Amino acid sequence: MDSDLSPQDKKDLDKFIKFFALKTVQVIVQARLGEKICTRSSSSPTGSDWFNLAIKDIPEVTHEAKKALAGQLPGIGRSMCVEISLKTSEGDSMELETWCLEMNEKCDKDIKVSYTVYNRLSVLLKSLLAITRVTPAYKLSRKQGHDYVILYRIYFGEVQLSGLGEGFQTVRVGVVGTPVGTVTLSCAYRTNLAFMSNRQFERSAPIMGIIVDHFVDPPCSSQRPTHMGQPCNYRAPDEEDGGTFAGVQDSQEVCTTSFSTSPPSQVFNLSSKNDKHQQFLTVSTLDDLEFSPFVYALGLPLQVLHAGKEGGVVLVPAQPPHGADAHLTVEHAPNTPSSSGDDDGLSQSAEGRRDEGRRSVSPSDPVESLSAFTRKVGAFVNKPSTQITAASLDLPFAAFAPRGLDSEENDPMVQPPDSPPCPSPLQASLHSQGSEGSGQQDDFVMVDFRPAFSKDDLLPMDLGTFYREFQNPPQLASLSLHISSQSMADDLDSLPEKLRVYEKNIDEFDAFVDMLQ
Amino acid sequence: MLALLHTILLHRSTGKFHYKKEGTYSIGTVGTLDIDCDFIDFTFVRVSSEELDRVIRKAVSEFKDALSNSGSDGMGQISLEFYQKKKSRWPFSDECIPWEVWSIKVNVVNLANEQERQICREKVGEKLGEKVINVVEVINRHEYLPKMPTQSEVDNVFDTSLKDVQPYLYKITYQITDSLGTSVSTTMRRLIKDTLAL
Repeated sequence: MDSDLSPQDKKDLDKFIKFFALKTVQVIVQARLGEKICTRSSSSPTGSDWFNLAIKDIPEVTHEAKKALAGQLPGIGRSMCVEISLKTSEGDSMELETWCLEMNEKCDKDIKVSYTVYNRLSVLLKSLLAITRVTPAYKLSRKQGHDYVILYRIYFGEVQLSGLGEGFQTVRVGVVGTPVGTVTLSCAYRTNLAFMSNRQFERSAPIMGIIVDHFVDPPCSSQRPTHMGQPCNYRAPDEEDGGTFAGVQDSQEVCTTSFSTSPPSQVFNLSSKNDKHQQFLTVSTLDDLEFSPFVYALGLPLQVLHAGKEGGVVLVPAQPPHGADAHLTVEHAPNTPSSSGDDDGLSQSAEGRRDEGRRSVSPSDPVESLSAFTRKVGAFVNKPSTQITAASLDLPFAAFAPRGLDSEENDPMVQPPDSPPCPSPLQASLHSQGSEGSGQQDDFVMVDFRPAFSKDDLLPMDLGTFYREFQNPPQLASLSLHISSQSMADDLDSLPEKLRVYEKNIDEFDAFVDMLQ
Repeated sequence: MLALLHTILLHRSTGKFHYKKEGTYSIGTVGTLDIDCDFIDFTFVRVSSEELDRVIRKAVSEFKDALSNSGSDGMGQISLEFYQKKKSRWPFSDECIPWEVWSIKVNVVNLANEQERQICREKVGEKLGEKVINVVEVINRHEYLPKMPTQSEVDNVFDTSLKDVQPYLYKITYQITDSLGTSVSTTMRRLIKDTLAL
């Protein structure tokens, strides 16, 4: 057999097969890194572009592959296999695929090594590129990072397909006949992902509603026992984050950045992540998405939310009953564009009160704190400190300033409804809303809504009456029929006269028109 | 659509040929790019060549426009044909002899609501995967490939107009039939054209 093949051809063939095996491994591993691969075409070839394909060589992968090959080549009975498996952050692992490069005895003697075999191997590599994106493991690997990672393992010898579960499917990527045997590349992949799905359900709940940070580095540990396989998420060689799983770190992150499903106790962690939250809040002040989960968590009434959204003011939605959040709001207030007033004063006192607020408030019961909230709807929070009142800052929604506090009786904006008429209808409505909200003791539900245009001292009436009364206004005088017909006749009579006047003064009119133009 | 066409072309493109004086040539390399489909959860690999991408996109969007103009429930077929040019003597012009033709049949489906669309999208994604596997299978049968040409003949086999890659000469054509089955007329037209061409 070998005697039919010239030594040069044999050497070439061996070289081709060896590099083909290495490139195959590169393609497979790169396809499971979780990133999109992009290489450029170039018209001038370099030495490492085997098979006319620009496939980058990741040194670690090459090293592993060479180690597995140990100087041998895939041959009859000696297959090279790349096993792709998934490992969750809890330590469970599952084999997903096994790619096999095999050789069998069927020889194709007539084929030209240096040319046809080479080209066919090249086509086979291209096919491999395409197929690696089609198997289910590709989609899984694109999503790796937080919950799980993808690992690979190269081994030589007999193919082991037992770890793929039952019902696994096989795809044959292609075959190339050579004078010493036929090279076959195939993939066996698992179809039964049941184990996966259970895990995913468990994990998905806590991170629901999170803004997933895709830029968190996935774990890339170099200290891994060989039987565990290597992580597929390889970045540049100098980025070796040892140790903890991103999953664990992320759960920390999750707690702290999550507003959605975290129970109130976890909210205390917010204080430790100042900058992030400030950023988070300022960027997304008006975003309903951010706030509504938070609102639900605390059970706040929606009407309050709407009022807050109109002006974009801070105050209402971010108003937390807890101390830690109090400090959060207070920080945020200075960032509000609408607070035209004494910002410096505010921020200073806010800082001063931050610790105070945190320590002194006892947010034991969400319900209790809810009532506290509604009573003190708006800005500057729990403590009846006399220093800062919303009114003194000339905020447009000063109506939400704390009321029912003795120290603020002299504040005109904060007074209950008998105050002089407010400048804008909007303000009046909020004012009245707020007043109603505060009028009740511990019950925020009752709303005695006052319409915007009805002021207390002018027309004391409720919305229904107001509406009914003004629903059928008397007709406008100019529109009533009997008058209109008369005026029509008059108009007609006076027309000729008017025309005469206009013609006389035509020059004047022309000058006027020119002036306008 | 793009996925399939690109997959085929990927296999049928090679690096740019550079001819050296002694009658040997060196082949450039072909880079690849992963592309995610916009509406379907599927990723395919294509040759990283902007010009080739542009050409394919243009052809596909023409096909798409024709399909949407034809009415709601149209069917169409787009063909990618690899051919070889054969120089003929005067007065006949060059002949194009196809050696491989890929036809993709497409049906336009109207979906009522978002849920149906989602289901359809998933199904199409799976189908696309299967089709890619089919394409790969066929290509790997290595049935026929034109032999490598000499420098003077390279234009007869390869498309040398692109800067960075060199696919085999290809042509994209399409035809639309709407559901009324006016394909009868197209068949007639084709018959007549063929007889005239002879």
